[in-house]
Amino acid sequence: MRSPAPAGTGRRCYAGRIRRGAIASTDLPAPLLRPRGECVIPASITPADGGPAEGVPAVELRGITKRFPGVVANHDIDITVRRGTVHALIGENGAGKSTLMKILYGMQKPDEGTITIDGERVTLSSPADAIRHGIGMVHQHFMLADNLTVRENIVLGAEKAYGIGARSRRRIMEISDAYGLDIRPDVLVEEIGVADRQRVEILKVLYRGARTLILDEPTAVLVPQEVDALFANLRELKAEGLTVIFISHKLGEVLSVADDITVIRRGTTVASVVPAETNPGELAELMVGSELPVPDTGESTVTDEPVLTVSGLHLSGTDTEGTLREVLTDIDFTIHRGEILGIAGVEGNGQAELVEAVMGIRTPDGGRIELAGEDISRAGTRARREAGVGYIPEDRHRHGLLLNAPLWENRMLGHVTERPNSRGGRLTIADARRDTERIVGEYDVRTPGIEVTAASLSGGNQQKLIFGREMSHDPKVLIAAHPTRGVDVGAQAQIWEQIRQARARGLAVLLISADLDELIGLSDTLRVMYRGRLVAEADPATITPEELGTAMTGASGGGTAAGPAGGTPAGPGDRDTGDEGAAAPDPAPGSGAEHDGRADGGAR
Amino acid sequence: MTTSPLTWRPLRRIDREKLILGFAAPALALATAFVIISLVMSLTGQNPFLAFQIMGDYGTKADSQVWIINKAIPYYLSAVAVAIGFRMNLFNIGVDGQYQVAAFFAAAVGGYLTFSGTLRIPFILLTAMAVGAIWAGIAGFLKATRGVSEVISTIMLNAIGGALIGYLLHDGRLAERTQNIVHTPYLPESTMFFTIDTDAGRIYGTIVIAIVAGLAYWYLLGRTRFGFDLRSVGESESAARAGGVSVKRMVVTAMVLSGAMAGLVGMPTLLNDSGTFGNNFPGGIGFMGIAIALLGRNHAVGMAFAALLWAFLERTGGRLNFEGYNQEIVGVMQGIIVLSVVIAYELVRRWGLRRQQRMVGAQLAARAAATPATAGAAVSMEKSPATPGPTGDRRAGKNGSDDPTDPEVS
Repeated sequence: MRSPAPAGTGRRCYAGRIRRGAIASTDLPAPLLRPRGECVIPASITPADGGPAEGVPAVELRGITKRFPGVVANHDIDITVRRGTVHALIGENGAGKSTLMKILYGMQKPDEGTITIDGERVTLSSPADAIRHGIGMVHQHFMLADNLTVRENIVLGAEKAYGIGARSRRRIMEISDAYGLDIRPDVLVEEIGVADRQRVEILKVLYRGARTLILDEPTAVLVPQEVDALFANLRELKAEGLTVIFISHKLGEVLSVADDITVIRRGTTVASVVPAETNPGELAELMVGSELPVPDTGESTVTDEPVLTVSGLHLSGTDTEGTLREVLTDIDFTIHRGEILGIAGVEGNGQAELVEAVMGIRTPDGGRIELAGEDISRAGTRARREAGVGYIPEDRHRHGLLLNAPLWENRMLGHVTERPNSRGGRLTIADARRDTERIVGEYDVRTPGIEVTAASLSGGNQQKLIFGREMSHDPKVLIAAHPTRGVDVGAQAQIWEQIRQARARGLAVLLISADLDELIGLSDTLRVMYRGRLVAEADPATITPEELGTAMTGASGGGTAAGPAGGTPAGPGDRDTGDEGAAAPDPAPGSGAEHDGRADGGAR
Repeated sequence: MTTSPLTWRPLRRIDREKLILGFAAPALALATAFVIISLVMSLTGQNPFLAFQIMGDYGTKADSQVWIINKAIPYYLSAVAVAIGFRMNLFNIGVDGQYQVAAFFAAAVGGYLTFSGTLRIPFILLTAMAVGAIWAGIAGFLKATRGVSEVISTIMLNAIGGALIGYLLHDGRLAERTQNIVHTPYLPESTMFFTIDTDAGRIYGTIVIAIVAGLAYWYLLGRTRFGFDLRSVGESESAARAGGVSVKRMVVTAMVLSGAMAGLVGMPTLLNDSGTFGNNFPGGIGFMGIAIALLGRNHAVGMAFAALLWAFLERTGGRLNFEGYNQEIVGVMQGIIVLSVVIAYELVRRWGLRRQQRMVGAQLAARAAATPATAGAAVSMEKSPATPGPTGDRRAGKNGSDDPTDPEVS
């Protein structure tokens, strides 16, 4: 299935080494772990095995640069992964983690830079190469055949290693026992849960002789107890001298399991830190960067006229494995005219679902959504948009654009029932085109014309087009999910400016972002979302990114600065402050006063 | 920078390019097909050029032309029916069953109606459209409510439709027998559609139906709000849903429309030729519609040319047989043409997209260079290596979200 593995010998070597490692465990002197002489690479590894922690690093990336046509995805990446450690690689979505890992796994070749594995410079031109050098990858989306047993899945594609019979089973059990993976080889994959599948994936990689495992967002699909179990497995692996590269954006987890942390931002490594010397806030700051132009809303324009009121919103959804989970619990908030409500939170805590529920794309199980006093809980997406809800979706390629359609058709998307796009069921194409030209001019969409497809524009210009479109229909509310994600710095500043203008025009803005500076700089009010609940409230005037970052991990009792006081730990739910527009039932007098003051339109 | 410098030449260049690409694809496809067919024929020891000459001569004769036009009418209707589905990513493979069931009921209703003549025609047409719509609507309903793939359900409905006709087309049920042919009662002469008489034969008046259907298709999809919604679902279901389109309702509506159009496919034969639905009623036109819709790029005019080409091949295929060639070579030709078309369109589309992206990039760079003072700052920031640009975003998005297409599976 994969390209013929020419170095059968190489593979056997690693396997042999692991087996000995597995049986001998850690208390054996290091020399015994040395590979046999016939192996190709081992000679160079010996010193590493000799001096476990300090010696030659397991993986060393130097000056890695990868360009795609017209774009630089990675540049000047420097990472050193010590042998026998868990090395976390953190960064926002789109920061370049995946590209980097694809380079390390041989799926893409770097344009510049060197990869050194166990002290030896290597060129990886395929995953088979990477495996030969002892690099294995566990993908976020499992690649298992449901209708085969665990053993069959593991052996599939690696039949040469230990055959397909009793030998393979013995080997699987050896690995399973050595690392405490607790694998049942004869169960059908369709009968086991997510966490078990993940262990099967890990075993699959080990079976192929990997000594360095790349885990791509392994905790994304797990519940907390399963995460703990996974971390226990990772510690076992580490103790056996294997190396784990752990990709994540969940700061708390990274801090609890990693030995070293490398932060990637906008395609390059910005910092290498040790968990003991850092904290979630600092990491969050490193991830999103704080030297960027700081957004600032200026004078407050908040009024006391509620525009969007969400109360008691509940939503449950089935995850990829079909388990029913509550994704939104008791969401309450009100946004007033001229107010920007920022929602902070680590991704995947229900923000996307909240946006979709407000847009009518998902049907909540309960709760009420009011737009300017009118109940729109039952209205469809189109009715809501017509009623004045503008929407900047999180994933503009999937939800905001028809990539293969010209710009003027994209200008109609979502507003096809409104002027100037149509009249009485008939498209008014000439008007729509003229208006598209206006948007292109007013919002500085850099394009040679409106006939080009949306796919030809850069991310920032696509976003400007979407922004222009949404602002062209007199919205009362603007829902902006990660509005500056994946756009360049110039466009980012423009989009911030446009959000400010929208606020000045009296819109109510719901801003969801992973960029803490953006949130703090733009928002009039900040709420923190954690596991589907709004758990804390913070005052953007006083809170720092560090404090907000801490609140986002759910680790402390809300925002350190202005969140409702109280020593209660993380307790989701007890942070709900209800309708904040009314006299806030907020126990913290400081923030309450601050809030009321601003609600009256006072300047900050 | 914010003034609108949009009235410039490159824009028109992109427009013109689009047009050229539109024609380049079918031309490239047909040329490729021509070459491959020649090779195939040469390899099997037949003279391709002589064959092409025979086809050309015979196909352009006056009576052949009339035959080709008449044959192309149902082909075109069938292609339009398929294209409605294609435009929103639905593969209505059941046009074949839909038109046969529709034609059968329309013929039966027409045959048993008692009021006279011309009045029956609209009645027959409406019956056909309604039956076709219902038959296809079943598949649409199943897809919207139960998520059943329309490919599976429509093809099964083809079989069910065949069985239904088989059951009802029985002496004493809805049909009568004349010698070996079991058929519905004949429509009276006054119920037949008009024809256009020429020296070389009679052109079916039902060509009017085809033309109206083509115009309606073009207008509905290209010029109405409904059509925009339908097309946006076809382009990106997620974007359409976020834009407020009810995708489920659109699935049912599109299938109903496709089925109604399919219902008309049997009408040229029924109203201009046979006057009855018998067990010798022509079948398989629904499947040809798929090929023709592909060849015509779902375009109202393109499909008309494609339908004529198909009819031309059939007409001349018979002649080739007469001249000592294997008649099957026409089937081979049709297959090769469809394959070439699909491949060529995709190649030209990708090439065009890449070219457009390059052009956009080049023009913007030139523009940035031309106005360094005003836009310099922002543009240079945009071009700085640290910032992800268009392709980078897309890749990152793709990489980040789902990797099932990754090459390494094991």
